[in-house]
Amino acid sequence: MIRLLFTLCFALSVLLNEYTYGLYFHIAEAERKCFIEEIPDETTVIVNYKVELFDPRSGGFMPSSPGIGMHVEARDPDDKPILSRVYSSEGRISFTSQTPGEHVICLYSNSSSWFSGSQLRVHLDIQVGEHAIDYANVAHKEKLSEIQLRVRQLLDQVEQITKEQNYQRYREERFRQTSESTNQRVLWWSVTQTCLLLGMGAWQMRHLKKFFEAKKLV
Amino acid sequence: MDFWSIWALLSALLACVYFADGVELTFELPDSAKECFYQEIQKNVSATLEFQVVTGGQYDVDVVLEAPNKQIIYKKEMAQFDSYTFTPEMTGVYKACFSNEFSTFSHKLVYMDFQVGDEQPLPGIGEHVTVMTQMETSSQEIHKSLNTIIDYQTHHRLREAQGRKRAEEINERVMWWSILETLAILFITIGQVFMLKNFFSEKKPSQMMNAK
Repeated sequence: MIRLLFTLCFALSVLLNEYTYGLYFHIAEAERKCFIEEIPDETTVIVNYKVELFDPRSGGFMPSSPGIGMHVEARDPDDKPILSRVYSSEGRISFTSQTPGEHVICLYSNSSSWFSGSQLRVHLDIQVGEHAIDYANVAHKEKLSEIQLRVRQLLDQVEQITKEQNYQRYREERFRQTSESTNQRVLWWSVTQTCLLLGMGAWQMRHLKKFFEAKKLV
Repeated sequence: MDFWSIWALLSALLACVYFADGVELTFELPDSAKECFYQEIQKNVSATLEFQVVTGGQYDVDVVLEAPNKQIIYKKEMAQFDSYTFTPEMTGVYKACFSNEFSTFSHKLVYMDFQVGDEQPLPGIGEHVTVMTQMETSSQEIHKSLNTIIDYQTHHRLREAQGRKRAEEINERVMWWSILETLAILFITIGQVFMLKNFFSEKKPSQMMNAK
């Protein structure tokens, strides 16, 4: 009986998930919207999106628009594309980061079946790390009791915190290196500038002295 | 499993439709641009809008939060970061707009977190019609504390990103400034010498002309 309820719960949550991401924004033709996620390595990112085309006849947005494609591009911190594909009007993309850093997720529509000057409404939901885990699914697959599921969730959260702290250490090191590089550059530049000024001053005097001696003015 | 637990489970599932999690996004706001995000919120479901400017210019942005009846419920100009919790009085689409229209050449990186309602409870937990055991209460407390830790980590990361990007910008500026100043010094010193030489060279033919 419990298993039946969990199955029902799982099925319903899968269905309800489609309606629970409510944040949306508008994107114009050929406009590119990019979102940045700064994440540690080995972190899963799940992007759920749904696209609706503005219908000028009704003045509203058509709920389902076949033929509208959405180009989704995900790039890693070294600007290498992780994935770059055209998806349908509704999709779910997931990738796992290999290197820590700023990952960029860009969305733009490349379809030509637009009414000119119209807009697309894009529902977007980006879940990172432990938010990306579907606990109903986990409970169903591994047959965990409530307490076990709760402990699993706590373990996942702690793991994410650990990864983030590790990433924080790496970022702080980068920050420190940048500051030390600036310090070195300023020091090197001051010394060089002094030497350069002294050198150029000496050259000027020598050159002018030779010039005036040649002109018989000195 | 009796009627009540089934009813509790179904009501908890229905609550999923209303208790939606929020979204946190970091996006780039170009100069003289405005970005708006829309969110459907039910009446009396508490929602929080949080934002922070990570990089760009003076780290400020204009924020406006509009209710479905076009009434402005929150407005802040040239703000660096803020968190605003509100309980909507009507069901509808709420609009949060971030504007960088006052800036002509600095584009900004803005972090936004729009949380609606409470967090979705774990599946199966809603089934309870009895009081939770000590274990369950403790684990719930731990979960809430961990959520707070993750939230603090996010803010720390944003602040650190701000400092780090500023340091990288300074580093690059120092390099360009040194190169430019080296070139300027060389140009000026050599230019001075040649101009002086020019003065003395020109006088000679005119002196000869005057003597004649």
